[in-house]
Amino acid sequence: MPAALLTLTAIRKRYGSTEALKGADFSLARGEIHALLGENGAGKSTLMKIAFGLVQPDGGRILVDGAEVIIRNPLAARRLGIGMVHQHFTDIPVFTVAENIALAAGWPPSGRGLRDRVRRLAEEAGLPLDPDALAGELSAGLRQRLEVLKALAGHARILLLDEPTSVLPPSEADTFLGLVQRLRDRGVATVLITHKLQEALAVADRITVLRAGEVIQTGAAQSERPETLATAMLGTAPARPAPRIRAAVGEVVINARDLAIPGAAGGGTGIRNASFQVRAGEVVGLAAVEGNGQRELLRALAGLARPARGTIQVTGPVSFIPEDRTSEGQIGELSLTENLVLSQGRAAPWAQHGWLDWPAAGRRAGELLERFDIRAPGPDVAAERLSGGNQQRQIIANAMERRPRVLLAENPVRGLDLRATAEVYDRLRRAAAEGAAVLVHLPDLDDLLDVADRILVLAAGELIPMPEGAGRDLIGRTMLGTRGQAAAG
Amino acid sequence: MPQDPQLRSHGHALRTPLLALGIGLAVLVLGLATAGYPPLPALAALWRGALGSPDAILSALLPRAIPLILIGLGIGLAFRAGAFNIGAEGQFYAGAIAATWVGLALGTWPRLVAVPTVLLAGFAAGLAWAAVPALLRVRFGVLEVISTLLLNFVAEALVSWMVLGPLQESKHTYPQSDPLPWAARLPQFPGSRLHLGLLVALCLALALWLFGRRTLAGFQLRAVGLSPAAARVMGGVRPERFFAAALLVSGAFAGLAGASEVSGTTFALFQNLSPGFGFTGIAVALLARLHPLGIVATGLLFAGLEAGAGAMQRDAGVPAVAVYVVEAVVILTIVLADPAARRAGAAATDPASR
Repeated sequence: MPAALLTLTAIRKRYGSTEALKGADFSLARGEIHALLGENGAGKSTLMKIAFGLVQPDGGRILVDGAEVIIRNPLAARRLGIGMVHQHFTDIPVFTVAENIALAAGWPPSGRGLRDRVRRLAEEAGLPLDPDALAGELSAGLRQRLEVLKALAGHARILLLDEPTSVLPPSEADTFLGLVQRLRDRGVATVLITHKLQEALAVADRITVLRAGEVIQTGAAQSERPETLATAMLGTAPARPAPRIRAAVGEVVINARDLAIPGAAGGGTGIRNASFQVRAGEVVGLAAVEGNGQRELLRALAGLARPARGTIQVTGPVSFIPEDRTSEGQIGELSLTENLVLSQGRAAPWAQHGWLDWPAAGRRAGELLERFDIRAPGPDVAAERLSGGNQQRQIIANAMERRPRVLLAENPVRGLDLRATAEVYDRLRRAAAEGAAVLVHLPDLDDLLDVADRILVLAAGELIPMPEGAGRDLIGRTMLGTRGQAAAG
Repeated sequence: MPQDPQLRSHGHALRTPLLALGIGLAVLVLGLATAGYPPLPALAALWRGALGSPDAILSALLPRAIPLILIGLGIGLAFRAGAFNIGAEGQFYAGAIAATWVGLALGTWPRLVAVPTVLLAGFAAGLAWAAVPALLRVRFGVLEVISTLLLNFVAEALVSWMVLGPLQESKHTYPQSDPLPWAARLPQFPGSRLHLGLLVALCLALALWLFGRRTLAGFQLRAVGLSPAAARVMGGVRPERFFAAALLVSGAFAGLAGASEVSGTTFALFQNLSPGFGFTGIAVALLARLHPLGIVATGLLFAGLEAGAGAMQRDAGVPAVAVYVVEAVVILTIVLADPAARRAGAAATDPASR
């Protein structure tokens, strides 16, 4: 076995009450492409950020070339020959390629010497790129190439790529992965962080699977099969009840036909094709890996984005619980009463003819504190002073106050502990029992299967309805886009 | 008892403005002393010029407060919505031009109709002047901080051209307009230069206060200023509409101030009609923490400072611009001390936050 270039041993990291890494081991050998595979939140990015000095571990050891090191910041990582490409572009669009590279590498920013230096770097790396082109005018593929050159500029021998293809269209993604393989031939060892199975199988020499902060397995890529990797990523869950079939579903309240919605700027596939219905009284789970169009779909249904094609019929009132509590779900500086008033708009009894009856709104906000068990000194306290769980209770209370016929929830349990999470799921089910149609996206498939009556999968912008009683294996593989192989194999 | 959330912490709300004012005055005194002016006689002259006699109050302080209050009210509304209107000076001039033009044409109309028409003309012209930055911002993402500021220069150039061209007085000698006919002049209180514009300003302050405190739209406007994303996603409002409306109304208020100045105080249009009302208005609004009734108070305060500055120059030989030091220090202190004002400033330079 070749000597390890980079070794991470028993790395632990905690964020508040969640353990992001529970003693993870990882090693990168000279001249290999090593895929780090896992679902969102498995700890892949955290582990590599620790290797790059962006995050300090709570425990564990880091070895480079067999010698123990402490990597306090990215500059220290660069000195050790480690470069990283982040999930999002980090170039300066109005700078040229050469200027961007000089900025990243700490080279003098102008002159003929720089251009030659950049040209030489690009040739050595096998990534030709015009030094005088403006970064902002490059295609996504070339911008990603620039990111790699920036990472390599300090004579990097170790390249950490954090989901490098998530910002690229499929055709450019293949080209890019080819370039990564060429880099290997030039002696650069690469860690490829990804949640795409095919990608790992196509280019990696070894694959390590991370789940919930723990390394599940490490092995040569040739001996892996998609199904075993998917199982390792998703985990073999204890037997769960099949999705419930509810008898008491009512009329159709969401009817979407032939939807196409453009992706948000800076990533995501958007929706290419979706037709589906949701009926009153059912909880429908939207299963998707991050960036597969769930954000766009929920926002279009909530009336916040306009589809490029197709029709949406939604019977109101509609309530939308956005994923980001603090930036979209509420205004922290405002009191609970004020957040309630904002969320209800002009339909509320305290907003007759546009005039506000603050005392009436305050009384109602006080009642909601009781009803939804929101721990707060009173309705006049600023929302930002509540804990995350109580903030979410308040957001759900406000959402339910509209008496929604349609309740759209985008990962409504983000950052919540187990108890608060269970409570949110209970609220969603109760909303359905009271006659609302609930469409919910959760990143955790097991939770989604628990909550939802049936599942719609979004993969690469396509909406694929799952048959009743579909198991987590089929759903998981559909999410990861390996359904075809599974059927064939 | 449920409280009015806007008045939740009254004592706290007053602390920063008082601190800012105190620091401003301290810097003034320090500056006077270092420059070799005995501070006490200078301050005494300042006091006399502002509040020393009924005439000082009625003819210097109050008339000067009218444009400051009107402009401050508009700026307060715009800032509250997150629209950073730095162009009140230009909007003031747009209103003054329109009011002069309309006023000169209405000599034969009854005063009861002519005066409101003149004011309305100023209101509309200020609104139109602010419509350009509003449109640029909402349609093309051009920062209103820059466009409103630059339009100030355009408006000042327009005034220069007007008073040497279409609006020059009939003998074509002086760079100013003919005096407005009596019918187009705001009524003055007998024996003073105080005019009815004060009543207009006070009524508008009251109206804006009720709007912000009691109406859903006023509350939504504040929410838009605090977080456009949350106002849109959770509140279901269209932030750009509130943003544009607040910018337009603030322009209209500045235009109204220009009209009331021409129709109530100067009776003619000329270059440098405004001694920087549009910029002092920003200090007025910030010192009042954008609160409409507070703006009445801070408008009076700054008017007193500026009225007293004249007396200070006459009696103590201190250059009148010294009081602008107080204004500058007040703005800086407020921006430093008030996280909300700082965030507002950051939001103004970050298009992504909208």
